[in-house]
Amino acid sequence: MIFPRTLFKTAFTSGYRYNSTLVVAEHSGDALSKITLNAIAAANKLGSDISVLVTGSNVKKIAEETSKVNGVKKVIVADDPKLKDQLPECVADVIVAAHKQNNYGSIIAGASSFSRGIIPRVGGILDVSPISEITEIHSNDTFTRPMYAGNAMAKIKSKAPVKLITVRGAAFEAASNTGGSGAIEDAPKVEIKEHGATFVSKEIVKSDRPELTSAKIVVSGGRGFKSKENFELVYKFADALNAGVGASRAAVDAGFCPNDLQVGQTGKIVNPSLYICCGISGAIQHVAGMKDSKVIVAINTDKEAPIFQIADYGLVADIFKAIPEFIDEVKNTK
Amino acid sequence: MTIIYYGLFVVFRVNFFLLIMRILVGVKNVIDYAVKIRVKPDKTGVVKDNVPHIMNPFCDIAVEEAVKLKEAKKATEITVMSLGTDKSSTILRTAMAKGADKAILVQVDAKTNEKLEPLHVAKALAAIVKRDKYDCVLLGKQAIDDDCNQTGQLLAGMLSWPQATFANKIEAKDGSLDVVCEIDGGLQTVNVKTPAVITADLRLNTPRYATLPNIMKAKKKPLETLKASDLGISFDNQTEIVEVTEPPTRSAGEIVPDVKTLVSKLREKGLFD
Repeated sequence: MIFPRTLFKTAFTSGYRYNSTLVVAEHSGDALSKITLNAIAAANKLGSDISVLVTGSNVKKIAEETSKVNGVKKVIVADDPKLKDQLPECVADVIVAAHKQNNYGSIIAGASSFSRGIIPRVGGILDVSPISEITEIHSNDTFTRPMYAGNAMAKIKSKAPVKLITVRGAAFEAASNTGGSGAIEDAPKVEIKEHGATFVSKEIVKSDRPELTSAKIVVSGGRGFKSKENFELVYKFADALNAGVGASRAAVDAGFCPNDLQVGQTGKIVNPSLYICCGISGAIQHVAGMKDSKVIVAINTDKEAPIFQIADYGLVADIFKAIPEFIDEVKNTK
Repeated sequence: MTIIYYGLFVVFRVNFFLLIMRILVGVKNVIDYAVKIRVKPDKTGVVKDNVPHIMNPFCDIAVEEAVKLKEAKKATEITVMSLGTDKSSTILRTAMAKGADKAILVQVDAKTNEKLEPLHVAKALAAIVKRDKYDCVLLGKQAIDDDCNQTGQLLAGMLSWPQATFANKIEAKDGSLDVVCEIDGGLQTVNVKTPAVITADLRLNTPRYATLPNIMKAKKKPLETLKASDLGISFDNQTEIVEVTEPPTRSAGEIVPDVKTLVSKLREKGLFD
């Protein structure tokens, strides 16, 4: 009995499923992360069947939410207490097992700290060169990605047997979270090994403000604020505009705000409708993280600051005067 | 006899955990971050000749952390390794001037160097790890030229070692390391048993400068040069660069005279609800 079944399965997997795409879902435990929707949208452009892998512990709700996303054919669920902390060592093993069973053409995830830890690890196991942070898909093996802090765009062709891709969330519209009706099934059984890595603790900065990478408006502060107390003005400004808060490396290094607000080459990449830089000079590394914003506004006392060379609207003014005035003006002209 | 062997074993284990952590640090030679790069007119890449190069800033942070671990008596020996052309020996000397004990250059020709992928670097590192048996590999989280952010994770996957990426703080314990990692939205602490791969984030430390006496001393430290074939590895390309182009440029907009004008212009564009 086993033999014919195996043969049938092999024929089926090698022909029909060969070009299918696996998207690795990222979630908080309560909800699917928005960047997964960007990754699914990118996967849609590859024009093949999309399966989404949901890993974790007690993730039934996440799996259901995922199955409704437009374009999702199948949701594969690996539900195991050992996957609770989503450590890359364990998640990578689940992906490798799923790939061995289904022979995906591409494995895709949104470029976040979660997938940056996982996708290349899968590459190391499978002896495959991954493709980081793509911003454009030309065909199922040709992509564009930025290098040198976004100062050069490389069009690359991958000969890898499976394309291991992370996508820049800001470069792809999010897939709609309704309209899909993916079938939910269990991931292939894999023994989750003891890898020598243990989760100890997590410290998440809580905020009611819109999330930085998906906010429509972002207000960003730099060295010009001079102190942590003064930086409060950035939060006040953001709240007045219902905006996300960003920062330059200088502001983070000086301790004005936490690390996870950093926008730039080594921080977050954002492309809101409106990006307002306050007291930021505009170093290459910062610009790398925000130059694709639709409208850039710079407020700075130094009229020679490089930020004015890329800003759509520049205001040479003292931030401590201009921001309160800006807040009042927005309120008054509503 | 058995008792004697057992005794030796205990001594060895104690040594292993408490004293002998040997660290391998990978370093990359990249174009100085302060340089405004230029794309070649034939679109094959960026201009690298006669452009100042430096040790990738994240690698510098990795070297610094290894030296700090040695100063804290958590490590006994630091080896720095680079895969690249002869030019990479400069940054290896710099790393030794900062405190690394010895260096390995896995040498490739300029043409191969142009096409190196993180996978190749990980293979070279893995071969060195297997040859010389390290307890920890420290790397930068990404190189500022290709911006890949892959090598450490590739290596950990190849070796089936635990990984801690984007390290913000490292605390060495006996036989393991507590690593605080920068993640989206905050920080996460993981404990990794050695041997492990760790990649350094920006805020792990502030690298020291190499002093002149140390630069002189570093010239006497051993630098081993190897070919990829000596390690039994080859670098077949899986990725081909079709073309490299300039990104679409933004041009300067207008300078507005006051806040009132600025707000009204933004409102006209429908940027506020």
